[in-house]
Amino acid sequence: MSVELLNFIETVLNGLMSGVMYSLVALGFVLIFKASGVFNFAQGVFALFAALTLVGYQTGQVPFAHLINELFGTNYHNWYASMPNFLAILLTMVTMIALAWIIERLVLKHLVNQDPIILFMATIGLAFALEGVGDLMWGSDVKVLDVGIPSGGSVWLEEATIGLAAEGSDYYGMYVDVLNIWATVIAVILVVSLALFSQYTKTGRALRAVADDHQAALSVGISLRSIWILVWAISGFIAMVAGIMWGTESGVQFSLSLIALKALPVLILGGFTSIPGAIIGGLLIGVGEKLAEIYIGGYFETGALENWFAYVMALVFLLFRPQGLFGDKIIERV
Amino acid sequence: MRIKQLLIGMTASVIAVSSYVEMAIADLKFPMLVYRTGAYAPNGIPNADGFVDYYKMINARDGGIGGEKILHPECETGYKTQVGVECYEKNKKDAMVFQPMSTGITYQLIPKATADGVTVYSTGYGRTSAANGKVFKWIFNAPVTYWDGASIAVRHILKNNLGNIRGKKIALVYHNSAYGKEPIRTLETLSKKHGFKLMLLPVDHPGQEQKATWLKIRKARPDNVLMWGWGVMNQVAIKSAASIKFPMDKFIGIWWSGSENDVLPAGKGADGYKSLTFNAPGTDYQVHADIKKYVHDKGQASGDGSHFGTVLYNRGLFQAMVQVEAATVAQKIHGTSKITPAMYRDGMENVNLSAKRLEELGFKDFAPPFKNSCENHGGSGLAAVQQWDANAKKWNMITEYMYGDSDVVQKLIAEDSSKYAAEQKIAERCN
Repeated sequence: MSVELLNFIETVLNGLMSGVMYSLVALGFVLIFKASGVFNFAQGVFALFAALTLVGYQTGQVPFAHLINELFGTNYHNWYASMPNFLAILLTMVTMIALAWIIERLVLKHLVNQDPIILFMATIGLAFALEGVGDLMWGSDVKVLDVGIPSGGSVWLEEATIGLAAEGSDYYGMYVDVLNIWATVIAVILVVSLALFSQYTKTGRALRAVADDHQAALSVGISLRSIWILVWAISGFIAMVAGIMWGTESGVQFSLSLIALKALPVLILGGFTSIPGAIIGGLLIGVGEKLAEIYIGGYFETGALENWFAYVMALVFLLFRPQGLFGDKIIERV
Repeated sequence: MRIKQLLIGMTASVIAVSSYVEMAIADLKFPMLVYRTGAYAPNGIPNADGFVDYYKMINARDGGIGGEKILHPECETGYKTQVGVECYEKNKKDAMVFQPMSTGITYQLIPKATADGVTVYSTGYGRTSAANGKVFKWIFNAPVTYWDGASIAVRHILKNNLGNIRGKKIALVYHNSAYGKEPIRTLETLSKKHGFKLMLLPVDHPGQEQKATWLKIRKARPDNVLMWGWGVMNQVAIKSAASIKFPMDKFIGIWWSGSENDVLPAGKGADGYKSLTFNAPGTDYQVHADIKKYVHDKGQASGDGSHFGTVLYNRGLFQAMVQVEAATVAQKIHGTSKITPAMYRDGMENVNLSAKRLEELGFKDFAPPFKNSCENHGGSGLAAVQQWDANAKKWNMITEYMYGDSDVVQKLIAEDSSKYAAEQKIAERCN
C-alpha cells in the first residue's frame, strides 16, 4: 500500500475516534431534548462539573474549602489522601443524580409549559451558575484525572501496520490513541445500554412516551417530573463519562465546558432527537474536520480548520436537511 | 428632629467618603487585569496571586512605596480582549500602570493608554516592537520580547546541532491569536538566515482538540517543535507530543508554555520537555521568605497559598517587583512620594535592575539584570532554557541566560515600529 493511502486511513481512523468523543457530549443533549424539548446549553458544564467532582472525591478535596477557610479562618484542604476509582465514580454518579433532582426542583418545575426559548435561556443561566459553583467547590487549578484508562499511541497498531507500506518507504506505522479506542468501546456500551433500557424496561418506555407526547404521557399516569429527573440524571451520567474521557486527555480544567461547542455541529448533522444520529453525526464531523485540516488546511493562510470546519459542514447540511440525518421532520400545519 | 439627624448623618457620610477618596488618591493605584475564572484561569490565578502577595508584602514590610500604600483593585477579564478594555476604562483614573496579561488586550490598549498618558507594562508579551521607546513612549515590555524568545529558541537548537541547522525542519505550534502569531515574522527571517524549513501550525482557542495538528507533525517529522501556547492548549499539546512519541527534548515552549500546570497532566510523558524562561522557579529567595513572614504567616495569602513558588506565581512576583521599582525610581527622580501617572512613566523608563539592586530587593539570581532607557523599553533580551523533570516534578534550568539574535530582532523592531509611527503620525523621541 502507498504511504499516502495509509496516512489517509490513519486520518480517517483518528477522525472517527475524535468523532466518538464529540458524540459522547452530543448524547447528553439528545436525551434531554428528546424527553423534555429542552436544549440543555449546560451539558458541557455538566461534563466539567462531573470531572471536577470525580477528581475532588479521588483526591479527598474538601468541597468549598476556599470559601470555608476564607469565612472561618480555617485551613482545611483535604480530608483523606485518596479514594479508590470505583468508589469515586460511584459517588460522582450519586452527585450527578442529586444535581438532576436539584435542577428539577429549582428550575424545571417552575418552567413547565413555558416556551422552549425560556427553557433554553434557563439552561444558559444554569451553565454559568454551575460553572461558578464548580469553581467555588473545587477550585480552578488544572487537575490530573486518572481513572486507570490507558492513553498514548497504540504500539500494537503501529507494529501491525508498519509492514503494510511498500518496502523502503518512509513509514512507521499507524497512530491511534489508546484512550480514544477506550472511548469508542465505552460509547458503544452506552448506546447499546440506552437502547436496551428504552426498549425493554417499563421506565424506558415511559421515557419514550414522554418524548413522543407530554400530554398523552401525562394522561396515562406517567409522572413528568420523575421522568425529567431520570433523564437529567442519565444525561449527567453521560456527561461524567464524557468528562472522564476529555479530562483524561487534557487534565480537568474549565475549558472543558467548551466541548459543548463541539457537540453543536454534531447535533445539527445527526438531528436533535436521535441517539444513532448523535453517533453518526459525531463520526462524520470528526472525519470531516480531520480530513479538512490535513488535506486542505495548508491552502488557508490562517489555518486551524479543525475548529471551524465542523460548523461549515453543519451549515451546508442545514440547507439541505434542516432536521438533521435522523431528526424528526417538524411539520406545522396552519 | 429626624430631618436634622438625617442631615447630620449625610454630612458625616460625605466627609467620610471624601476623606477616603483623598486617601485613595494619595495612595498608589496599580489596577490588576486578572483572569481568575474561565478557560485560562489555571494560568491567571497563580500569576495574579504572585502580584497580590508581593504588593501585600511591600505594604506590610515597608509601609508601601516611599510611605504610599499600594492599592491593587482587581478587574476580571476572563482573558477576553473586549472585557480587558472595559476594565482599563473603568480603572484608568489615577492608575500608575496596567499589566494586561494578554497580548490581545495589550494591542488594544497601546493607542488608548498612549492618548490617556497611562503606562502599560506587558512583561515578556504584547507587541514586540513596543520595545522601541522612541515610538512607544508609554508602553514597556522588558525584560525580553517574543522576537528575542524566538531567536533564543533557535539559538538553543543551533547549539544542539553544532551551529548548523540548514535543511532542518522546525514546526511552530501556535495559539491562533495576536499572541501566538507574534514570533512568525522573526522565525521566517531566521529560517532564511539559517536555512531551516519553517512549518506553521495554528491551533484555535482554546486548543482542546489538536489531533490533526499532531498527525501532521507525526507525518512531517520536524526536527524541532516550538510552541507559543496558553491555557489548555499547552497541556493538550504536550500530552499529544508524548502520545506520538515526539522526542520531548526537541520540543520547546515559550515562557508562557512552561508552567507546572502545562506538564503535570501529561505525567511521565512530559519528561524532558523544555521551555524558555526569564525567571527562576522555586522558593529559595529572600522575597519568598519575606512574603512568608509578612503575608502567609499572617493568614493573608492570596488564594489558598498553594501556588507559592510555582513558575507563574514567581513571574507574578517579578512583574510586581518591576512595577514597584518603577514607582520607587519615579519618587527619587521627582523628589516626591506622591507621584502622578506621568512621573511613574519616567520611573519605568529609568528602571535599572542591576544584580546588586536585584539582591537588595530579595531577587538575587532570580532573574537576569536589565535596565530600561528612553530608546529601549524591551530590557535585556535575556532568557534561559528550563527542562521538566517528571520524576522530581520540577523544572531545572539547563542553560545560562542568553541573548537572541539581536541583529535580526533589532532590525525587525525598527521596521515594525517605524511603520506604526508612520501610521499613527508619531514623531520619534530620544534624539
